[in-house]
Amino acid sequence: MHWEAYHCVESIEEALQLLDEYAGASRVIAGGTDLVIQLKNHQRRVKALVSLSSIKALRYIEQDGETIRIGALSTHNELAKSDLLMEKAKALSLAARAVGSPQIRNIGTVGGNIVNAQPAADTAIALLALGAKAKIVSSTGERVEVLENLFKGIGESSVNPAKEIVTEFIFPAFFRSAFQRLALRKAFTLPIINVAVALLIDQKNICREARIAIGPVSTVPFRAKKAEAILNNEIISEKKLVLAAAEAMREINPRDSLLRGSAMYRRAMVKVLLERALRDAVVVK
Amino acid sequence: MEKLELTVNGYHYQVQVEPDETLLDMLREQLKLTGTKSGCNKGECGACTVIMNGMAVNSCLVPALQARHAEILTIEGLSKGEELHPIQEAFLASGAVQCGYCTPGMILSVKALLDNNPKPTVAEIQEGISGNLCRCTGYEQIVQAVQSLAGKKV
Ligand SMILES: Cc1cc2nc3c(=O)[nH]c(=O)nc-3n(C[C@H](O)[C@H](O)[C@H](O)COP(=O)(O)OP(=O)(O)OC[C@H]3O[C@@H](n4cnc5c(N)ncnc54)[C@H](O)[C@@H]3O)c2cc1C
Ligand code: FES
Ligand code: FES
Repeated sequence: MHWEAYHCVESIEEALQLLDEYAGASRVIAGGTDLVIQLKNHQRRVKALVSLSSIKALRYIEQDGETIRIGALSTHNELAKSDLLMEKAKALSLAARAVGSPQIRNIGTVGGNIVNAQPAADTAIALLALGAKAKIVSSTGERVEVLENLFKGIGESSVNPAKEIVTEFIFPAFFRSAFQRLALRKAFTLPIINVAVALLIDQKNICREARIAIGPVSTVPFRAKKAEAILNNEIISEKKLVLAAAEAMREINPRDSLLRGSAMYRRAMVKVLLERALRDAVVVK
Repeated sequence: MEKLELTVNGYHYQVQVEPDETLLDMLREQLKLTGTKSGCNKGECGACTVIMNGMAVNSCLVPALQARHAEILTIEGLSKGEELHPIQEAFLASGAVQCGYCTPGMILSVKALLDNNPKPTVAEIQEGISGNLCRCTGYEQIVQAVQSLAGKKV
């Protein structure tokens, strides 16, 4: 027996109440594409699951002035199909398209991707670059955290799904962004390297804000702050982009992986992919 | 055990399931619809693909209770008695079936693709079946089978 009870709820309040009643022995489940496997493998133990999938109020993608809001239960397929994201948050749109397979994108959610906290999670890399914040509720209140604060280690999040629910992600609509990914094959595989960039470039072609996220080159989705510093408050030029990509290559710390390439190879690929992503972000709006 | 009501291949069912039973196990063990195959049991092969509320899903990852009131289509729901469904006909005509283990899941992925996009490009076909592994055909015949269906009613 992997779990003793499975509850489908229709509201956030109902979910929080159940989580409280189980006092730590239950856990929320969204698409289950990570959690069901972890439970089958006995990597996690729970008494009960509280399924959020029927909560319609957690499934939306909308622009609200200069911000974009995404309900945490939105599926990768919903993100991939959104014209709003393709136009205003291309990095996230491309990242969602790259996840797994059509079947996985149909049920896997952005909230699950973030809370599962893999350093190469595709939408985590995109949302980190886009400067997203997450809204988290529990029976004792609500908190808003920058995404960085949610990642504690490989597979370890500061969100506690035994009592907390991520409800939405919020990020600015003004970035030019892009996403690049290299994997052994296109479908089904976590990436060898994925990178996302978000740039705010003013009329004088000066970069007002650069954000660069790279995975999997650390125990958490990684912000390349030194590379960002090379672009910040500078006039954007091909030379600057190449310098920034070279800096990122130095500040990351990838591991040797028999499956997904040596550290040296991954370093080299970060430079290539980051140059491509930066060029893409500069060109398109 | 918990009560589960759902529709499978147009028939309404009421079954008793364990809370941790997957949709795949329920279909195979309770409804004896063994056309849906179990391969990897972890989302990586697509042999267990069924259509749930219009979308292709890996039934090995879906808790049966998550399918409450859902409409499920399995491979058994495609043919009308001895009369094969056009996708099944196309697979046979193109030699897209060898051992057959991937075929039920593959055909349902194709159905989900064509329902949304009746004239897919080769790239879109490849994308549409990217969640289904086939160890026999090399995929070429499967892509040809789907191409032969372009624009036809499926
Ligand atoms: C074959 C296969 C291929 C895959 N390929 C990729 C890939 O290419 N790229 C990639 O990034 N990922 C990939 N994944 C991983 C997975 O599909 C994603 O991480 C997915 O987004 C997880 O979402 P979910 O809704 O299924 O999460 P679940 O499995 O339901 O949950 C994951 C974790 O998050 C918690 N949780 C979920 N939602 C919430 C919430 N709203 N609030 C609080 N806690 C929550 C759960 O308790 C659990 O701990 C793949 C998985 C499989 C099986
Ligand atoms: S058995 Fe479900 S994907 Fe392999
Ligand atoms: S026909 Fe044998 S696996 Fe596809």
